[in-house]
Amino acid sequence: MQVLANPHRFQSLSRAALPWIWALTAVAFAAGLYGALFNSPADYQQGETVRIMYVHVPAAWMALFVYVLMALASAVALIFRHPLADAAAKTAAPFGAAFCFLALATGSIWGKPMWGTWWVWDARLTSMFVLMLLYLGYMAVWQAFEDPHRAAGLARVVALVGVINIPIVKFSVDWWNTLHQPASVFKVSGPAIDPSMLWPLLAMAIAYTLLFLALHLMAINTEIAMRKARAKRLKAAGRH
Amino acid sequence: MTAFMALLRRDVQLAFRQGGGAGSALAFILAFLVLVPLAIGPDQATLSRLAPGLLWLALLLAVMLTSERIFQQDFEDGTIDVLATARLPLELACLAKALAHWLTVGLPLAILSPLLGFLLNLDTTRLVPTFLAMLAGSAALSFIAAIAGAVTAGLRRGGLLVPLLTLPLYVPVLIFGLSASSGTLGPSGAAPALIVLCAITLLTLILQPWASAAALRAYFR
Repeated sequence: MQVLANPHRFQSLSRAALPWIWALTAVAFAAGLYGALFNSPADYQQGETVRIMYVHVPAAWMALFVYVLMALASAVALIFRHPLADAAAKTAAPFGAAFCFLALATGSIWGKPMWGTWWVWDARLTSMFVLMLLYLGYMAVWQAFEDPHRAAGLARVVALVGVINIPIVKFSVDWWNTLHQPASVFKVSGPAIDPSMLWPLLAMAIAYTLLFLALHLMAINTEIAMRKARAKRLKAAGRH
Repeated sequence: MTAFMALLRRDVQLAFRQGGGAGSALAFILAFLVLVPLAIGPDQATLSRLAPGLLWLALLLAVMLTSERIFQQDFEDGTIDVLATARLPLELACLAKALAHWLTVGLPLAILSPLLGFLLNLDTTRLVPTFLAMLAGSAALSFIAAIAGAVTAGLRRGGLLVPLLTLPLYVPVLIFGLSASSGTLGPSGAAPALIVLCAITLLTLILQPWASAAALRAYFR
């Protein structure tokens, strides 16, 4: 961790690793999409619409995973005051919001033929919606302040308060109103989903994770470059 | 402890003497409640069914809209800088200010909620649960507002950021507040929801001083 925390070393390492990560992402997506679209059975109830699940479920997982990552990076930034952790948290948020939106949109497209409606105020949908609002609030904090150090300090607080809120929102809306099916992959009794559908799903999950990793590394590098540019600009302005 | 009490008393007195404390929040709620029958129709049965939810919405909007008063003025005139260097930890100072906000906005409105309920034809059997739920939950609303208030303390145009930060955090309070009011959690009555509301209030009580102080400190560096 400490070795990677040097921005310069981080940049050179991530630049070396990125082509490999992109290649793995392409392979995982090819395998996952082939499995999802051609090599898995249609559901006996849902028919072909079940294939939406392969893009929907990993997006929802990623939306949650990215928030946890963002909160961890914020905690690291708060404790160790390392600017790279702030950059990681800041750049993760738009991807998390995008995954959140993707999960809501694909769920909505699936909901029309299955539930007969584009949108219901069901527990899962509502808590995903709230999660997206938390992402938007976090991003708004970064945009509201011109001074990046000040914005970083405030964004950490917002991210950490939000992560405490997520389980509370989740359980409260669960008791409030539920139509969405309960979890079927991560269960104590083992996955309640046929292996022919589980493998494409997991491949897609890996593909999504790799895609996020590649995009996130690129975004952090861009952020570091923008900070260097800003520092140079300030220095040049100070010389006049 | 004396410093804590002195700060609490100062903020409560300021809120009452400057105006803009419970009085203006109550005026806001009354204006809100006038619009409700105009928006959804004056049908008594509909109003009665929607009354608890509307009262909760009015309460949380009133608390949210007054959140900037917790820190902004003191931030602008330098009082927060003095508090940050005082012997009293900044966390406790933040807690005192949030408590003062609850005492001057949330608590009076919760106490007045039965009266406001009559305006919306609130069912008399729901009157007491709604009242108790608002007593238990309004403090959590103030504490969450104090976190958002601290984050936006130095922001001149924080207008739209405050709702975006606050309203998602209000979701659990609203859900359990309403289940206490309307007994949607089943025949066991309002007690479980009230207990959960108290738990949420206690959790925000712990979280708020730390979060508000951390946000204010971010302004100092």
